[in-house]
Amino acid sequence: MSQLLTLVFGRLPIGWLQLTHNRGRFIAAVAGVAFANLLVFMQLGIMGALNSSTVAPYAMLNADIILSSEDGNTLTDGGHIPRVRMFQALGVAGVADATPLYIGNLPFTLDDGSSVSLLSFGMDVAQPSFASPGIAASLSRLTLENTALLDEGTRGMPASVIAKLTDGGRYSFETGGTTLTAIGTMDVGGGFLADGMVIMSDQTFLRLFPNRTSGAPNHILIRTADGVSPDAVVARLQAALPKGNIRIQTMAGSAANDLAYMATERPTGIIFGFGVFMGILVGLVIVYQVLSTDVADHLREYATFKAMGYGQPFFLGIVFEEAMVLAVFGFIPGVFVSMVLYAGLVSVTGLPVVMDAGRAILVFFGTLAACSLSGAIATRRLANADPADLF
Amino acid sequence: MRDAPIITHGLNHFFGTGDTRKQALFDIALEVDRGSLTVLMGPSGSGKTTLLTLIGGLRAVKDGDVRILGQQLMRADEATLVALRRRLGFIFQAHNLHESLTATQNVLMGLQVHGAGDARKQRAAAHHLLDLLGLADRCDYLPGNLSGGQKQRVAVARALVSNPEIVLADEPTAALDKASGHRVVKMLKGLGDARGTTTVMVTHDPRILEMADRIITLEDGRITADRRQVS
Ligand SMILES: Nc1ncnc2c1ncn2[C@@H]1O[C@H](COP(=O)(O)OP(=O)(O)OP(=O)(O)O)[C@@H](O)[C@H]1O
Ligand SMILES: [Mg+2]
Repeated sequence: MSQLLTLVFGRLPIGWLQLTHNRGRFIAAVAGVAFANLLVFMQLGIMGALNSSTVAPYAMLNADIILSSEDGNTLTDGGHIPRVRMFQALGVAGVADATPLYIGNLPFTLDDGSSVSLLSFGMDVAQPSFASPGIAASLSRLTLENTALLDEGTRGMPASVIAKLTDGGRYSFETGGTTLTAIGTMDVGGGFLADGMVIMSDQTFLRLFPNRTSGAPNHILIRTADGVSPDAVVARLQAALPKGNIRIQTMAGSAANDLAYMATERPTGIIFGFGVFMGILVGLVIVYQVLSTDVADHLREYATFKAMGYGQPFFLGIVFEEAMVLAVFGFIPGVFVSMVLYAGLVSVTGLPVVMDAGRAILVFFGTLAACSLSGAIATRRLANADPADLF
Repeated sequence: MRDAPIITHGLNHFFGTGDTRKQALFDIALEVDRGSLTVLMGPSGSGKTTLLTLIGGLRAVKDGDVRILGQQLMRADEATLVALRRRLGFIFQAHNLHESLTATQNVLMGLQVHGAGDARKQRAAAHHLLDLLGLADRCDYLPGNLSGGQKQRVAVARALVSNPEIVLADEPTAALDKASGHRVVKMLKGLGDARGTTTVMVTHDPRILEMADRIITLEDGRITADRRQVS
């Protein structure tokens, strides 16, 4: 290692030698950086799960534009919109197709007695192309009264039930005095707001939610004609449809808005966002502590080097070397332990907490930057002092 | 003699500010000949270390002329000081070896300040010098495994390995036994004769005083005696 680094730096790898000279302290320093990494990873993981569970229901749909009520907050937390807007929209140039989407939360008691809530989509089964390709085929089977597709990741649902469903079996359950029969599955994953999801026909939906009417869906999904940009159609719809209590967005725009809303206006988003901030802050403090202690402990030796004619770039080189060693050695256990904890979180909560490469790279370079910056700050004391004052 | 390697003129030095301001050196005028061995002596607190660090560019000159190897140090910028320090060899009162580097690696630090260079040649030069100082079998030891005297000899090797034009030594022999102390001083004298290396050394060792070309006595920050002798 030492010889490799000598080749890389073209000088003695003082940072490496210095860090590893005292094994106990080296391990403590690496553990500190790994812990800082772990903190940030956990917070980012939970934040990421919140984000992906916010947009996960969008993946069940296949549309270009979504009309929503102005007073709704997100896709699953929305007001109602008159279905007549759908007919008006169909008259706008560039609109190829449109369908109403009904959304509700279905309370339901599992066999073990625990109650969960299922996010329910009611869709027009005559227009299966508005469902994502993965479930479009199953959608037509939902014409059968009181049938539904059940989310495979539904929290608390016994694996045997899911296995039976994927094998083509059925599973009936009681909800609000009606028996609903799952005849297939889809893969959404448990979210923060609901424990799982069901998709059913609009007819079944209206039976299960007797206080909802077919004239007032939650959203209207629109697909644009081939080759017409959704943005252009959004503008046209905005001009054509009556003003007041209507929000017209592309699907992507709506998902982005939902993310922003969840992150900035919901307590969960704010708390997790704050958690990420705190994780980074605590991580920074740990890393700074490690580096600045190391520099302080070697001040006399550095002063000697300075007296010998070594300049500031040399000392920055040493601390960057240390920063790199700590970032690499701290990252490996940090990412490993995080993945273990992620797996634990997934099995306990069913939340989509996953380690993605982008996040890992971000955290690694963030650590490297934090280490380098801390080291650079710590060497400032050296830059401004006469070597004779440091002995 | 205009080209003396060390020239000071009207050099004053103060520590602290306001009420705690204390003058450590008063009007020091000094010219040291090339290739000579000069000893600085005087009671504790008389300003010997202060003078040595000013000459070595390790402390900012605040008042007076200090001209080292033709370079004015008064108001000199950091780059000038760094360049000057590379031409000097400093042996400190404490050895100040880097604890995680071996004896050889510590000596190499004295060479690598001039650039990477040929690693094998550098290593050979370091070993040669350590050998001359009786440390041939200690080259790969970390300072923690060396005695005080051995550490001090490594520090001497580190200061001398790059052929400095001036060697500044602050009680280098304090930690050395008589024989090694003598060996070090003989080496410095030899370098003075062979290469014109100028040495200024703080010491009270009577055996070294005998070998000095010149003995300067400091008392309370003033030069009170300046004696040249034929050694
Ligand atoms: N960094 C400093 N801050 C304040 N005062 C200092 C500092 N360094 C030295 N002094 C004072 O300057 C005076 C000269 O100190 P200096 O270290 O040069 O003495 P010295 O002759 O080397 O003594 P010794 O023989 O004990 O090494 C002393 O009074 C000392 O207290
Ligand atoms: Mg002293």
